[in-house]
Amino acid sequence: MTAPSVAIARVAPRASRGLWGDAARRLLRNRVAMVGVVFIVLFAGTAIFASWIAPYDPNAGALANSLQAPSSAHFMGTDIQGRDELSRVLYGARISLLVGLGSVIVGVFLGGTIGAIAGAVGGRVDNVLMRVVDVLLAIPGILLAIGIVAWLDRGLPQITIAVAVTNAPIFARLLRGGLLAVREADYVVAARSVGVPSRRLLLRHMLPNSLTPIIVAATLALATAIIDVAGLGFLGLGPADPRTAEWGTMLQDSTKFLRSAQYLIFFPGLAIVISAVGFNLLGDGLRESLDPRLKK
Amino acid sequence: MTRYIVRRVLGAIPVLFGLSIVLFAFIHLLPGDPATAILGQHATAQRIADMRAYLGLNDPLPIQYVGYLGDLLRGDFGSSFINNQPVLAEFLRRFPGTVELTLAAMIFAAGVGIPLGRFAARHAQRWPDGAVTVFSLLGISIPVFVLGLTLQVIFAVYFKVLPASGRLDPRTALDLQTNFVLIDTWLMPGWTFDQKLSAFIDGVRHLILPAIALGSIPLAIITRITRASVIEVANEDYVRTARAKGLRERRIDDRHIMRNAWLPVVTVIGLQVGGLLGGAVITETVFAWNGVGRWVVDAIGNRDYFVVQSTILIFALIFLAVNLIVDIAYAFINPRIRYA
Repeated sequence: MTAPSVAIARVAPRASRGLWGDAARRLLRNRVAMVGVVFIVLFAGTAIFASWIAPYDPNAGALANSLQAPSSAHFMGTDIQGRDELSRVLYGARISLLVGLGSVIVGVFLGGTIGAIAGAVGGRVDNVLMRVVDVLLAIPGILLAIGIVAWLDRGLPQITIAVAVTNAPIFARLLRGGLLAVREADYVVAARSVGVPSRRLLLRHMLPNSLTPIIVAATLALATAIIDVAGLGFLGLGPADPRTAEWGTMLQDSTKFLRSAQYLIFFPGLAIVISAVGFNLLGDGLRESLDPRLKK
Repeated sequence: MTRYIVRRVLGAIPVLFGLSIVLFAFIHLLPGDPATAILGQHATAQRIADMRAYLGLNDPLPIQYVGYLGDLLRGDFGSSFINNQPVLAEFLRRFPGTVELTLAAMIFAAGVGIPLGRFAARHAQRWPDGAVTVFSLLGISIPVFVLGLTLQVIFAVYFKVLPASGRLDPRTALDLQTNFVLIDTWLMPGWTFDQKLSAFIDGVRHLILPAIALGSIPLAIITRITRASVIEVANEDYVRTARAKGLRERRIDDRHIMRNAWLPVVTVIGLQVGGLLGGAVITETVFAWNGVGRWVVDAIGNRDYFVVQSTILIFALIFLAVNLIVDIAYAFINPRIRYA
């Protein structure tokens, strides 16, 4: 007599690749976010390879070619000085990428430092730092940026700093909130109780677990940074050299030709929208993939 | 409740202090001498020294700050470098224009955004929801100036149905009294009713495009929040109960869902005020709108720093005040907050 064989179906555990691996997999499956990535690649590729793909020198123009409508020679037409609009839009991506990315990096660093100190030290330091953040948040972003550029004078580093300062308070609040949330988490209490030094506790245990909202916010901030940079340019606070191809400045120049050369508004405007849509889509996708509970 | 309000008002005071220090620092601690900035690089050393004395720049910084704070508390926001006009008076003269524009944008954003959000929530996960999501994505991704210029090209240049800029047809001889064009048209002595009405309609027509351009971002945000809030509340047990006891969908919508879904929507509408004031600066530039925003941009061009500094301060004050009002209103609507 043989013992009845019992077949136990083994449920294959879904292989988890850790927080980041899972998030990356969810992100890759998120079609909307991938559309955003395509836009971003288009934008970043344009910025990086502008000098190879631009058909003309963005600053060289002949007045004889002034204000030509789009044609096969000038796909996006020419501006008042006869410069090729396509080449200028392509080169403009450089400024937007450079200043947009730069300002978000500086903003994350600045805001992150404030938030980390406030969240880790707590008490009076926290109170003072958060009041500083409140002050910055009380000023409408673009107005703060305008004020800073007006003071520091025009120029790419100044614009970078201005936009970074408007972004920093958000990152400070997010990181502080994140740190406060994990401060009493079991693994932090455990690490503290076995005598992990506070520096190491902060850098190795608490920070990595508070970073996800920052990553999402930074991606979304890239969209606003690109818009803000162009906005400053539009208000006449763009790069110091007025010939520089910058989308906002180009739009400002084109307002004079509202009735005659609308393509000068259309193409730089479209470029800004494409890059902003890209980062907004990716940011939303990241939010969903980093926090699966948010899934609709 | 009174205690809550007092606590919130007191809480705003350190922020205002901080703000005054930051703005003071703007003028005094950054590279460059304000006197030179006012007079230009080519001014003589004597004139610069006179100007420094006039501005009180030779006093120690803490003394200067106290003086500045005292001026602010007396309502003296300094004078324009360019025409020596008191900043506050000019601000108050131009502010109604900005208020008119901002209110119109807010009415547009909330008037369209809330129904749109409810519509998307009712059709959640189906194509109308998707369409609304794409629409609100575009709303936050199109800069005010790009949308403004596009609207001008389409409606003013191409179809010629709406005016491209300004607050009123320049041929209309309107005496500004309140500086709200839509009110002043009714206050004109000697105008017939028809004249008043047609001027009023003209004012409204001038308001449409800038209000849409400025309202597009709040519209997108309000739509998103309304959608999310309605979906969340619609999944609550008491909504299921209401449905189970046979209430009509309309009544469930109005009395059970929306009453509870309002809270985040009200908050987010209040939070848009800061963005709207900032956006107004750009919108006014695009539409040649005679408000505070254009004045600030001109002031930057002229390096008229007191105007820039004071406008930022006043805008921040308004923003803080509105936030306070929203928070208090919120506490009124939602009793749970008071005990927090």
